[in-house]
Amino acid sequence: MAGGGEVLGGVSGEAERVARQSYGRLVAFLAARTRDLAGAEDALSEAFASALSDWPHAGIPKNPEAWLLTVARRRQLDAMRRGGTRAAATEHLKLLSDELSDQQQADIPDERLRLMFACAHPAIDARMRGPLILQTILGFDAATIASTFLVPPATMGQRLVRAKTKIRDAGIAFRLPERADMSERLDAVLEAIYAAFTEGWIDPAAAPSRRRGLAEEAIWLGRLVAVMLPDEPEALGLLALMLHLEARRGARRTEAGDYVALAEQDPTAWDRTLIDEAEDILLTASHRGRIGRYQLEAAVQSAHAIRRFGRQPDWGILETLYDHLGALTGSPVVAVNRAVVIASGRSVEEGLAALDAVNGDQRLADYQPYWAARADLLSRCGRTQEADAAYARAIGLETDPAIRRFLAGRRSGLAVTS
Amino acid sequence: MKYMLMIYRDEALFAADAKSGAHSAPYIAYAEALKKSGALVGGDRLQVSEAASTVRVAGNRTEVLDGPYADTKEQLGGFYIIDVPDLDAALEWAAKCPGAINGAIEVRPMWVM
Repeated sequence: MAGGGEVLGGVSGEAERVARQSYGRLVAFLAARTRDLAGAEDALSEAFASALSDWPHAGIPKNPEAWLLTVARRRQLDAMRRGGTRAAATEHLKLLSDELSDQQQADIPDERLRLMFACAHPAIDARMRGPLILQTILGFDAATIASTFLVPPATMGQRLVRAKTKIRDAGIAFRLPERADMSERLDAVLEAIYAAFTEGWIDPAAAPSRRRGLAEEAIWLGRLVAVMLPDEPEALGLLALMLHLEARRGARRTEAGDYVALAEQDPTAWDRTLIDEAEDILLTASHRGRIGRYQLEAAVQSAHAIRRFGRQPDWGILETLYDHLGALTGSPVVAVNRAVVIASGRSVEEGLAALDAVNGDQRLADYQPYWAARADLLSRCGRTQEADAAYARAIGLETDPAIRRFLAGRRSGLAVTS
Repeated sequence: MKYMLMIYRDEALFAADAKSGAHSAPYIAYAEALKKSGALVGGDRLQVSEAASTVRVAGNRTEVLDGPYADTKEQLGGFYIIDVPDLDAALEWAAKCPGAINGAIEVRPMWVM
């Protein structure tokens, strides 16, 4: 909550609460007509500044959101008057007519989903869709987004400005896609949310706390989309997937901060409430009868979560799930996971053969989990020298020190047994 | 909002089509559809880029070069100006343009005064 948070630094809990819960809602509403996100954000941050000076002595208004909206809307109108173009005058009139209806109803229409679809529009640079959603819906500032996406802050700032200008100038509407385009466009929204989650999920020990917060914020967005599009099974699938992964957060590291592989995690350290919720959501999604990538990935996590009942995962089912995922995505990453599952369910040799089948894929050359999986399977086949080389490669590709230590431990284990 | 749809295509292909007359029927139908929907503001077909001249003024000297500004394989062959509610509508019209099949349509919002 850096955007609103910065402005509010150290002020009353109520203002913080409003900033946190309503920031995206207010930005979305303010920008829905004008498509001018930067203008809406500026107007809103001025409104928050006014709140900070007014509320302490005037008291917190009965409807803080409506108060902020009124002030922000006035700022928008001022800015347009100063702009003085004909287009601005037209927008001005639209906004004035909105203001009249605002007085009649205190409820602020929720335009956040429409805003997310605008941010994830195919005309927006694919790399910027996630960052744009984080900034406009959650109020993250450019520096925070830059550090989570490992891009220099100035570069991220420029790209965000450019993307917002594109939405305004190209006339990207804030609206839900037509039915025919829905699944493709929803995919982009879900992908952006999942990218944010993944950024917050990797590298848990080394990451600063705001990066961990990113996973929670992504889950919050996932819930929002799932609530607003309850008939879209993939939106439910993504939420179930994120909840399953989040449930294992605490189990992924020892107290000393060492990496714990999924198979070695203690299931009693998993968050049962989150798992139960994920299972319910996935079940609801499956009733919709339209399978997709996120539901399949959630089903994979669900199959692993069976260990909480003291049972081993059904490797045959996992292999089938990865078969479907592979057919759907053509991803070499899926092929690696599938090979690992085959090694557990059938035999190590068959797993290694499955891995050999994707050996030449250039996309895997720098993919750490491929080399780690390869090293593990090779060592279990007794091919120690090759395993050693593969571990070396995996360690060289990994940036998380905890995982590097883990791999190095496995590698030195090789020398002892050979 | 007004958008310009710029039709870029390989002129070699275009010339072959032009001789056979294969290209004109789809374009006539397309322009008719645009007109009926009320989206059409204007548009025209251009002569080949060999007919183009490029002008620059440096100081008080006017320099004229033979040929198009950018000597690329795919050249601007025609354009439409349409007036539609938003980018999605413009992109939809662009996708329907016959030129999108063997070429590409650049969709640009027009400047608003």
